[in-house]
Amino acid sequence: MRGKRLFIAVFLIPGLLLYALFVVSPYAQAFQISGTDWSGLSPSYEFIGLENFRRLVGDGYFWNALRHNGLLLVLLPVATILLGLFFASMISVGGRADRVGVHGVRGAGFYRVVYFFPQVLSVAIIGVLWKEMYAPHTGMINGLLRGVGLDGLAVAWLGDPRFAFWCVLTVLIWMNVGFYVVLFSAAMQSIPRDLYEAALLDGATRLTTLVRITVPLVWDTIQVAWVYLAIVAIDGFAIVQIITDGGPSSSSDVVGLRLYKTAFADGQFGYASAIGVAMFFLTLTVAAMFLRVTRRDRVEL
Amino acid sequence: MKGRSVPALSHLFLIVWALLTTLPLVWAVLSSFKSDNEILTDPWSLPSRLRWENWSRAWNDAHIGQYFLNSAIVVTGALTLTMLFGAMAAYVLARYPFRGHRVVYYLFVGGMMFPVFLALVPLFFVVRNLGLLGTLPGLTLVYAAYSLPFTVFFLTAFFRTLPTSVAEAAQVDGCGHFGLFFRVMLPMARPGLVGVGIFNFLFQWNQYVLPIVLMQGEGAERKWVLAQGLTALAVNEGYRGDFSGLFAGMTIAMLPVILGYLLFHRQVQSGLAAGQLR
Repeated sequence: MRGKRLFIAVFLIPGLLLYALFVVSPYAQAFQISGTDWSGLSPSYEFIGLENFRRLVGDGYFWNALRHNGLLLVLLPVATILLGLFFASMISVGGRADRVGVHGVRGAGFYRVVYFFPQVLSVAIIGVLWKEMYAPHTGMINGLLRGVGLDGLAVAWLGDPRFAFWCVLTVLIWMNVGFYVVLFSAAMQSIPRDLYEAALLDGATRLTTLVRITVPLVWDTIQVAWVYLAIVAIDGFAIVQIITDGGPSSSSDVVGLRLYKTAFADGQFGYASAIGVAMFFLTLTVAAMFLRVTRRDRVEL
Repeated sequence: MKGRSVPALSHLFLIVWALLTTLPLVWAVLSSFKSDNEILTDPWSLPSRLRWENWSRAWNDAHIGQYFLNSAIVVTGALTLTMLFGAMAAYVLARYPFRGHRVVYYLFVGGMMFPVFLALVPLFFVVRNLGLLGTLPGLTLVYAAYSLPFTVFFLTAFFRTLPTSVAEAAQVDGCGHFGLFFRVMLPMARPGLVGVGIFNFLFQWNQYVLPIVLMQGEGAERKWVLAQGLTALAVNEGYRGDFSGLFAGMTIAMLPVILGYLLFHRQVQSGLAAGQLR
């Protein structure tokens, strides 16, 4: 029995130590630091209670950033999931229809492989690549616009406060759609083909079968996608920091970037931790909300 | 019925998105062979010849080679630690019910629910106080620690699915706890280990926020990882006007991952899908 105890201890302790030191303790300290006016340089700091949070509520920059996260939170999951479902249904039921039901398109494997490319690339590469694509003179996008004679549309995409946020949103959609195409089309593979056959015989259109058959049967997967994309939308840090650095004039700022700059550019560690705590509660709320909203009776086959 | 037009239409849409996905990548590769002048005059022109000197300039002068090596060192170390400690902890949590094993399990798994931003400020000081700020071992340990929650979660579930009969037989044959784990259970858990290993590799290789927070300070530029070095290059080359060098750096960073993915695309897709469905 003693041997067994020793074994359990030897196997658990290395991982636990590493985890406690670098993950658990920072998370716990974050809540504590958020109640101080610590500026990091001096070892001394005062507990100021909820003062940081009071300041947060009146901070226009924070609300501006939060508004952008809110927009991402609505637009990113909706756009990504719709595009994902659209392409996934093309792949798995977009082929010819005959007496044994509908088929997937030919070359489905090819599409699945190619669509996944952005998923394996780092956000740094994607960010830098798109920053260059949006570049006013040397960029691919304006090169195309000028090439087809739309010189008037070839604007400084990232230098214009009207466009910067939408440029960021486009990149986030671009880099996420492929993954959900693969995920949704995998889920659609398990739907029995004869369901489609029956529906088509009854005169249903492809759109009807998508809405009435496919979507309800992959609802679980959609729900997972929704939660995960919401987490991406609450973050958004890397792409924003690389492509626009929140600008111009904070027009594409997000909360994660606020936190990063407050801490590592301004040295206001207490206040930055308060922003972190706000982000944590935002994540919790959104997760709980989505799970509630998307809960639906599961269709059993 | 209109059955014939549907496949054609499907392909049309699918090909448009395939082009949207691949063209930017192809554009970066092509631009890495162009001269700065060619890039400035027409972004869509083809390179007049293959200028490998852009690549060597990026590799040497822009230190992409150094960053590549740093990334490789950190990820190799971190992945080893993650898989070893993660598998050990998961195995005990799955097969050795002890007092408080539930608490330990939820402590590990709970880490998946917190946004990493919450930890950034304290983590910076934890690492600094250990004297590990701006060092490769420091980043290695942090990567490993932040990969543990998902690894433990995934592998605990996996070890639970393995049949107990094999373990019992081995124990009857006099196999000790350690031998049972390393000689019997780990080989049996191979498919699970490969899946979570691929997920962790991409998580660590593509990490961005942790290195930019932890690899700052004096002399840290020499220790930068690829993701960080590339974005710094993008900022600097913009001033210097070395566009071709930037595209070459981007291509060097991109190609190994894409090639590795093409070789193992099935495993990568299922590994990442498993990561999402937690």
